Amino acid sequence: MRDFTYAIARTLDQAIATDPSRAMLIAGGTELLNWFRLGVAAPDHVVDLAGIEDLKRITIEGEVLTIGALSTLAEVGDHPAVRTHAPVLAQACLAAASPQIRNRATLGGNVLQKTRCAYFRAEEPLPWGCNKRHAGSGCAALNGINDRHAIFDWTEQCVAVHPSDPAVALASLDAEIEIAGASGRRVVPAARFHLSQHEAAELGLDPAQAETRLEPHEVITGYRVPLRGGARSAYVKVRERASYEYALVSAAAVIELENGLIARAALALGSVAQRPWRLAEAEARIVGLPPTRDAVLPILKRCFGDARPLADNGYKIAMAAGAAARAIVEAAS
Amino acid sequence: MSIGQPTTRYEAPIKVTGSALYAADNYPDHLLHGVIVASPVAAGTLKNIDTARAEATPGVVRILKRADMPPLGEIGMPAAVTHMPLTTDEILWEGQPVAIVLGETLEAAEEVAALVRVEVDTVSAATPGHGQLERPENGFAPAHDIKGDVVGGLDRAEMTVSEQYYQPTRNHNPMETSATVASWDGDSLTLWDASQMSLNPLAVMKAAFGLSQDKVRVISPHTGGGFGVKGYVWPHLILAAAAAKVADRPVKIQLSRAQQYGQTGHQPECRQKVTLGAMADGTLVAMRHEAINTTSIKDTQFEQSATATRTYYACPAIELDQYVERINLIQSTPMRAPVEGPGSWALESAMDELAIKLDMDPLDLRLRNFAEVDPFDGKPWSSNKLREAYAEAAEIFGWRRRAQMPRRDGVWALGRGMSMASTFCARFPGQALVRIQADGQVYVEASANDIGTGNQTVFQLVAAEALGTEPDRVKVRWGDTRYPPAGPVYGSSQTIGTGGAVRLAALDARARLEAFGAPGTGPIDLGAVMRASGEAEIVGKGKFDFGDAPMSFNGSGTPYAMQSWGANFVEVAVDRDLGLIRLRRVVARYSAGRIINPLTARSQMIGSIIWEWGKATMEASRVDHRHARFLAKNLSNVAVPVNADIPHDAIDVGFIEEFDEHAGPTGARGIGELGGTGVAAAIANAVYDAVGVRVREVPILPAHILDALG
Amino acid sequence: MNETLATSRHSLLCQVNGKTISAEVEARTTLLDFLREHLRLTGTKKGCNEGACGTCTVLVDGKRMNACLTLAVQCAGREIVTIEGVGTIDALHPVQQAFIAYDALQCGYCTPGQILSAIACIAEGHATDPDTVREWMSGNICRCSAYPQITAAVLGAAGKLGANRDA
Repeated sequence: MRDFTYAIARTLDQAIATDPSRAMLIAGGTELLNWFRLGVAAPDHVVDLAGIEDLKRITIEGEVLTIGALSTLAEVGDHPAVRTHAPVLAQACLAAASPQIRNRATLGGNVLQKTRCAYFRAEEPLPWGCNKRHAGSGCAALNGINDRHAIFDWTEQCVAVHPSDPAVALASLDAEIEIAGASGRRVVPAARFHLSQHEAAELGLDPAQAETRLEPHEVITGYRVPLRGGARSAYVKVRERASYEYALVSAAAVIELENGLIARAALALGSVAQRPWRLAEAEARIVGLPPTRDAVLPILKRCFGDARPLADNGYKIAMAAGAAARAIVEAAS
Repeated sequence: MSIGQPTTRYEAPIKVTGSALYAADNYPDHLLHGVIVASPVAAGTLKNIDTARAEATPGVVRILKRADMPPLGEIGMPAAVTHMPLTTDEILWEGQPVAIVLGETLEAAEEVAALVRVEVDTVSAATPGHGQLERPENGFAPAHDIKGDVVGGLDRAEMTVSEQYYQPTRNHNPMETSATVASWDGDSLTLWDASQMSLNPLAVMKAAFGLSQDKVRVISPHTGGGFGVKGYVWPHLILAAAAAKVADRPVKIQLSRAQQYGQTGHQPECRQKVTLGAMADGTLVAMRHEAINTTSIKDTQFEQSATATRTYYACPAIELDQYVERINLIQSTPMRAPVEGPGSWALESAMDELAIKLDMDPLDLRLRNFAEVDPFDGKPWSSNKLREAYAEAAEIFGWRRRAQMPRRDGVWALGRGMSMASTFCARFPGQALVRIQADGQVYVEASANDIGTGNQTVFQLVAAEALGTEPDRVKVRWGDTRYPPAGPVYGSSQTIGTGGAVRLAALDARARLEAFGAPGTGPIDLGAVMRASGEAEIVGKGKFDFGDAPMSFNGSGTPYAMQSWGANFVEVAVDRDLGLIRLRRVVARYSAGRIINPLTARSQMIGSIIWEWGKATMEASRVDHRHARFLAKNLSNVAVPVNADIPHDAIDVGFIEEFDEHAGPTGARGIGELGGTGVAAAIANAVYDAVGVRVREVPILPAHILDALG
Repeated sequence: MNETLATSRHSLLCQVNGKTISAEVEARTTLLDFLREHLRLTGTKKGCNEGACGTCTVLVDGKRMNACLTLAVQCAGREIVTIEGVGTIDALHPVQQAFIAYDALQCGYCTPGQILSAIACIAEGHATDPDTVREWMSGNICRCSAYPQITAAVLGAAGKLGANRDA
């Protein structure tokens, strides 16, 4: 990879002050080092914010679980407060990657990772078009091998999916992402943090390049998870090998039961779009049903009317419905 | 008696402490790091290599192109790619080396290689399904071969099956990528190489540089996995030696994982069609096995997968009809369980489909058509205990009681399937020395390589047995062509060949000891005998060969046919809602001759069964057809099995007691690949049993299950 | 792409296998390349250089990590343990002994990473039962596919080391 200079940011202000036109922020580095090796990014300067202790805390205050952005996936997955109050998030963290990667990868970095699309992740020189790698060059996956790609909200510019597991759990928990930047602090709902193709286009941004609402000079500082007493949750990750692999499809379910029936449900799917995908219609239609496969699966299967499968990924519809049903059953058990 | 006692690996202590040296662990003085620059497209003519930006970068010493190469002789096999790298402007595959960057540091060489711009006038590439078909002529038998009246047999058959089976290109992906360190001292060349057969680089270096035998030395004591891809010689090795010559400094090349895909071989895509004709009672009357495997434009890898139909079942009419297809991809090469690996995938699936059509137990169909002699040639088997293997494995698995077994376990649908395992018997020449020192210490010497099969321990046990001494007294020296020329660590041939040579060498040494009072059989006090002899050293020599023949395949050159066999019984679980397939258990029993070390033999079978799990459920190196390039050249988008895929007690393997006196001096046959045949079909057969979905292509993915059930 | 700069030089002070190391490295040098190329500790192997195989697993402040996904400069002030620091042929660590006894290795290339990973797996409390071991050792790919033997070795060593089997 190309060399760069390296400095350590000891405070959040130092991190925010980093000039994004020539420098990148690094935390765990489990994603960035591969970008550098592939040529996805080639900064002159790298600023390490991994040592900012303020951003590592995991606490509960009242009805809110707060997780610092520099908490590693291992720490989040292992934390008693997360395992007790937001098991879907703990499960999602522990289903990600490998123990070695989880010891370095941070929750802040995790939602900023890029797609695993094989056309995107190829070595330079890219022999095919990829609008994320080279703006305007086209999308090789659109009419290529696209069994791992999106069934929702894709455009002809890009059919990639976002691979993060924690992002799906956070979306199902109605979590919020805390952001600090040059112009102060703000909060973005986790379910809206990643931009869909259309949202990016509506904002006047390049749909293939603009992936999140994080602006230059901004840093994710943490996550706020509202805790609902009585909520049960689970994460289901579907992959052909049993571990250490990205999802074909994943599902997060957060449900509340009343007299054994579903009183409230939040369902989010992963690896079906360029962001976690909430199944709003399904969430409404399963209220009042028992949390069993036979009750919910037929309903779920009928909630994919707006899915637009590609040539190779039609199976994702059945798999996503099955995964969401499984997550509901496991949450209830 | 040492043989048959489970014995821990001879070289295990140096491996667990990280002190075993692999090729890239060597750092001769003044070493340069070499990084290959490759063609980014699959077909065309090299137009220009622009190194302007690259040469400006600190740390780069030289960038070698075609004009910089020293004069080189013509090469042939065992070079897998027989045209010399950097000597032609014709581009035949994506990943073809066109330049090499030499740097003082690895980082500098890597960075600079990425800055080199390669321009190619492209032409359209031949991709799988669109290449020229050709009859290959370099097989063990004719590509098109017929015995009996197949057409007539199919005509009078009371039941037929005729189906197509597919398996994609797969990469070996050993954990160690291929690596070579080349160092010249005057006109003598030393190579540290990751090899499965050190004599192969030796031969290619001699041809390329016009060197005599004593001017090349290949040091290769540890190779981090081979599985076939480190058998033949690939371009990077030649480039390392050439670059070292030109730069007058040692050069190290370790291929990146991406380069492993583009600059070494893979198992070719195989498209097969199996047609079986049988009578109502299951007796086969005709078999036809058609196959096409991909190969490169210039070199021919003939997979010979139809050989399975040649050797597996008794049948009066058998036809093999095979082609290769020339495409613009790096040359394909044997992969662990070549020939019958792909062949059994097709044949053992077809046999299952036939059994179902006949409403017959698949095991009974195998037994009905048991081959008492070689089906094609009629030669008697050297030794065959397959019936016992079927019986024992079936009993332990509970095969005959499967109708009473549960069909569900929570969300999982359970299914059971079986198949036959069988591989060829390849025998290569090998030599060894056994030295007995004055103090009674024994040294076994052979140039043999180590890819983790446990061959050093085999040599130790074989020599100890022949000499009537304890294994602890025997030390092994291997992995250096200064030692006697051993056979390869591929083709499941090492124990037969080099192991045989070790036994012969030990017996030769023993015969010399008899002059000093050692008994002809039974234990020997080597220390005492050597003291009595007054000799500084007694040396025994052993040679295992077949006259002038370079090798013996399936007993060629003998009155016998030789194979190894097994019986596979598999239980899988299928999740109907998610399409997932998971392994529950495998019971396999084998007829493979004498087992020298049950500890390492068991590990070999488990390893090859897990390979079949990977083949059946996840592995594929997909080729993007528009660009004739692998879609993914890494381990993040190409799946191989992980620990969580394999329940810790799922795999139960064992061997039928057997001694094959015709295969070689040790009584052993080959096992390393045997476990890698038939299991993929047994898995597909079990999936069919579980959910009624017949999949005729691997990997069987959730999409197949969901699309079929939905 | 930007002009290539002259390479950077950063001072690094860390502990490797109990020894204090002071070095000058480029910022881009991974911990893996630092160990192998600079310190000539070749026991740590390179498998994929993208964090997809676990072959390069080492311990950093007691935690298992892929050395190819870590910059050397990010290890300032840290304690790194590689396979060379685990045991010697005359004084093998219980995990090393278990790998030999249970035949949990074949070609040996993934073995250093497996052993470091196993040591951490046990210390983390994840060597409680076969299924947990299998999941928590899945970050180390073994193409020789010695998985059942590796699982047995980790459980065996955990018993020897007194790790809590009943968690």
